[in-house]
Amino acid sequence: MLYFLQQLINGLTLGAMYGLIAIGYSMVYGIIGMINFAHGDIYMIGAFVTVIAFTTLGIVGITWMPLALMVVLLCAMLFTAAYGWTVERIAYRPLRGSFRLAPLISAIGMSIFLQNYVQVAQGANVKPLAPIITGGIQLGSDGSFSVGISYVQIMVIVLTTVLMAAFSFLIAKTPLGRAQRACEQDLKMAGLCGVNVDRTISTTFVLGAALAAVAGLMASLYYGVVDFFIGFLAGVKAFTAAVLGGIGSIPGAMLGGLLLGLIESFWSGYFSIEYKDVAAFGILVVVLIFLPTGLLGKPEIEKV
Amino acid sequence: MPSAVSKQALPAALKDAAIAAIVAFILFLPIIGMQLQPGSGGLDVNFRLPLVLIGAAIVFVGRLLLGLLGSRRRAPRAGPSIMERVAAGVAANGRWLGLVGILFALTMPFMPFSNRYVVDVGTTVLIYVMLGWGLNIVVGLAGLLDLGYVAFYAVGAYSFALLGTTAGMGFWYCLPLAGLLAAMFGLLLGFPVLRLRGDYLAIVTLGFGEIIRIVLLNWTNVTNGPNGISGIPRPSFFGLDFARSPEPGTTAFHQYFGIPYSGEQRVIYLYFLILLLALITNFFVIRIRRLPIGRAWEALREDEIACKALGINPTNTKLTAFALGAMFGGFAGAFFATRQGFVSPESFTFIESAIILAIVVLGGMGSQIGVVLAAIIIVLLPELGRDFAQYRMLIFGAAMVGIMIWRPRGLLAHRSPTVLLHPKGGPRPADVPPSVKEAGA
Repeated sequence: MLYFLQQLINGLTLGAMYGLIAIGYSMVYGIIGMINFAHGDIYMIGAFVTVIAFTTLGIVGITWMPLALMVVLLCAMLFTAAYGWTVERIAYRPLRGSFRLAPLISAIGMSIFLQNYVQVAQGANVKPLAPIITGGIQLGSDGSFSVGISYVQIMVIVLTTVLMAAFSFLIAKTPLGRAQRACEQDLKMAGLCGVNVDRTISTTFVLGAALAAVAGLMASLYYGVVDFFIGFLAGVKAFTAAVLGGIGSIPGAMLGGLLLGLIESFWSGYFSIEYKDVAAFGILVVVLIFLPTGLLGKPEIEKV
Repeated sequence: MPSAVSKQALPAALKDAAIAAIVAFILFLPIIGMQLQPGSGGLDVNFRLPLVLIGAAIVFVGRLLLGLLGSRRRAPRAGPSIMERVAAGVAANGRWLGLVGILFALTMPFMPFSNRYVVDVGTTVLIYVMLGWGLNIVVGLAGLLDLGYVAFYAVGAYSFALLGTTAGMGFWYCLPLAGLLAAMFGLLLGFPVLRLRGDYLAIVTLGFGEIIRIVLLNWTNVTNGPNGISGIPRPSFFGLDFARSPEPGTTAFHQYFGIPYSGEQRVIYLYFLILLLALITNFFVIRIRRLPIGRAWEALREDEIACKALGINPTNTKLTAFALGAMFGGFAGAFFATRQGFVSPESFTFIESAIILAIVVLGGMGSQIGVVLAAIIIVLLPELGRDFAQYRMLIFGAAMVGIMIWRPRGLLAHRSPTVLLHPKGGPRPADVPPSVKEAGA
């Protein structure tokens, strides 16, 4: 039971991070119907900015943790959002409305570019981050095995909940969210009704990148290491999560992320850690066979 | 008036370039400007502000030039662009160009400029050409987005590696088996996933590719895990080995033909082997496009619902495309294994799938010559960049984005009409003499 609880906590933490990245995929897919393959690398850049910002703050001498965390969070979101905006502007906007595979190939190219850009600029070796938030709460113990939740995990879960609430408000209540939902339903019609489509799409990329940056911050605090290659696997997993939850649906992305995190965590806890990725993909296939549009996706009606 | 246009354009271009430079400054500031370095007690930051400023300046100048050139070209040009005319020309003279290409490929190893390195690179190009042609069946003809094609390549390579090292079977026996096994895996993957729509299919195939790689990595007692399998038998030329000193009782290639031994013989032989395999693939694809099944693939790509209404079974049609594409991937994999003599899961990462897909799409989907052109570009680009090795993948990624923006449908994309009112070579109404018309009426 204790072991189960521990896996549950670990799974939720992992799932929160996947969910935050998955939202970026899901929003972009919902609006322009493309797989933003470079999104995982945006997350990687978020993690790098986090480590750089923490280290710089350490040199400057700001070590009071809450302040440092706020500054780093803002920096990571800001700089990463700039990357998200630029990627859309350079690699995707010229290809909008062009044939279906062109943006995908462009995105794969962008992903290769970003990975190697960071590798060239920052070096290929793994960057370790000294633990910033240490300690945790012990929840229970039976002598040999103790269950605990670390402060980092608490931060991840709380921050994700807060962000999700803010984000849901943004989508449901603000003019920006309304424009976004309109674009999701029908890009051309939204444009005809006076929605600035280009700006809405840019905002989508900026928001997605900012959320991915938060996930990057969490990952660098949680794992304590960052390298230029972390974006690929995280990106693929997050996309899997988005598909699992029903791509295009934002609650679905979060749900898919949590489920994927739990599946992975329980699989590595009870079966084998080597095959956790196989389990994640395997379950994706099973879900898609029975629910071809994912858990919360809308069935697509094709008109002839 | 052109001068007035450029006068108006200059301030706008300057403003645009300034914005681009500011954005570039923000982008470069953390990643380039603050380099993390291992320092005393953790990380240290190496500030490189001059580099950031230089980068922003380059972006400013580049954007300014682009803006000025762009405003001059804004006037709509009459007629198709140069590249479109080239693509149309290639499409019209495909047969002739293909013949020249094959002739060049056949004589390439004996050209004065060629040496071992050139033939080796040629072999790599041909592997990618073959993979591109194989994937073209799935992506170009059937319109199924497959991001895990490398899985079939891996299945082919490992099945030959395992059969060759454990059962002692030769290349020529294993080649069909490798193709068959890969095709079986194609069916295995195809059955559950072919009901899915395009992008779901993409992610499932990607997942499948990763699953295969992870299994190869972790199933240590069969695949030897990350260490891979070495000592894979080399192919023989009708039973003649390419070895300096053949095993007793066998004859080596150079002994049989009475020529001095040279290491290049095997390299050239491998080159011709993959050339043959690639040409078989090409011939197969060209022919099958004309068969009902090939027509069904292309029809399915254009409109699935219409196909269903016409009585085409979409699942079976897609499955054949998947299995056949996988089979050629398997053949190429077996060749890869025998060429390297060593396979490890490292050769079958997602980036390989992405590169093969990029070859198909960059070349222009469905264009066989386009695949060759794209394979040459994609293999040679990193090869040429060897001198500045750490930037080559950077340039590679940027080039992929650039080519897509320049030619979204691929370099040699050209849609020729499938139905002509007046078939080529047939009589045009104006050419028909009036007497015939009258006689017909």
